[in-house]
Amino acid sequence: MEIPYTVTARPDTGLWNAKVGIWLFLASEVMLFGGLFSAYVFLRLDAAPGAWPHGLLNVPVGTMNTAILIASSVTVVMAWASLKMRRFRAYWWYMLVTILCGVTFLGVKLIYEWPQKFEHFGAFIKKDALEKYEPYLGNHHLAEKGLAPRTEISGHLHNHEALHDENVKEYEIALDPVNADPTNPLMDRPHFLYVPPTEKLAKIEKADVEYANMFLPKHSAYFASYFTITGLHGLHVLGGVIVFTYLWLPVGTKLYKRNPEHLANRVEVAGLFWHFVDLVWIFVFPLFYLL
Amino acid sequence: MSLKGFHIVFITVSTLLALGVGAWCIWVERMEGAPAFRAGAICSFVAALALIAYGVWFYRKMKRLRIIT
Repeated sequence: MEIPYTVTARPDTGLWNAKVGIWLFLASEVMLFGGLFSAYVFLRLDAAPGAWPHGLLNVPVGTMNTAILIASSVTVVMAWASLKMRRFRAYWWYMLVTILCGVTFLGVKLIYEWPQKFEHFGAFIKKDALEKYEPYLGNHHLAEKGLAPRTEISGHLHNHEALHDENVKEYEIALDPVNADPTNPLMDRPHFLYVPPTEKLAKIEKADVEYANMFLPKHSAYFASYFTITGLHGLHVLGGVIVFTYLWLPVGTKLYKRNPEHLANRVEVAGLFWHFVDLVWIFVFPLFYLL
Repeated sequence: MSLKGFHIVFITVSTLLALGVGAWCIWVERMEGAPAFRAGAICSFVAALALIAYGVWFYRKMKRLRIIT
């Protein structure tokens, strides 16, 4: 059975069906991501001064991923324009580059950025024990400068069993530079670059800890929002890559031979989705990485 | 809106982002005294210029081709 209005416009809407469908879908997506962004903004506004993590993400890596997505938007439009001009070979190459850009973006997220967070550990110290850990927190120094106090000691956890075993009474951490040298003026502000943990070890008694965990979604509202939004965005990127791959495979060639305009319309719809996904990232990047 | 129109919107927003990142890099350099961010600012402003040039080129090309409405 021939599906109507895949190439020609419907008389009542003036558009072919898939275009109406994708814009309705994108409208629902705006509401989904809009809700999540709103949640993030309100959580952040409600946080106590100095309590919201800042500068934990690697800005150069995030910038590179942003550039990759912008480049992929250019190539997907070029792929569509090539089909419109009936240049199938050019379409094939542009689509391949788009797919590779999407895969690279996901690779950076899944192989580099996320695992780096999963391997990191943070312990929030109880208020009455802050003085005991002053050599790692440097709150006297911060108070002199009128800056918000630190309550978290972070780094690489050496004894992972401490997370689950009640008999282990303390955490052994290779400290982050901010806790290894807390009175250094360079540590007063966030770095926005990856700074590896130091060799300096600290032992923190569990009895002095309010809450401790790896940098997972349950670590804090910040990481919960970060992993939810970037995870959902990543799933959208994956969806886009799957659709592009389908259109790039011989299925696309067959459709092109049968009806090139139909393939061009499919690529346009997929391209609209891809642009939306990239636009979401344009908001994610400054919100999480810079501000 | 066609893909062409959405692409122009996207490139406009990307240009604004590049300008914003450049301004942010200058702010970080001044506040934190981190010279590495000066290079970031220059790269961001160059990227913004490149995006503007590309946007103009794309708009003209699409207009000239006429096959894409």
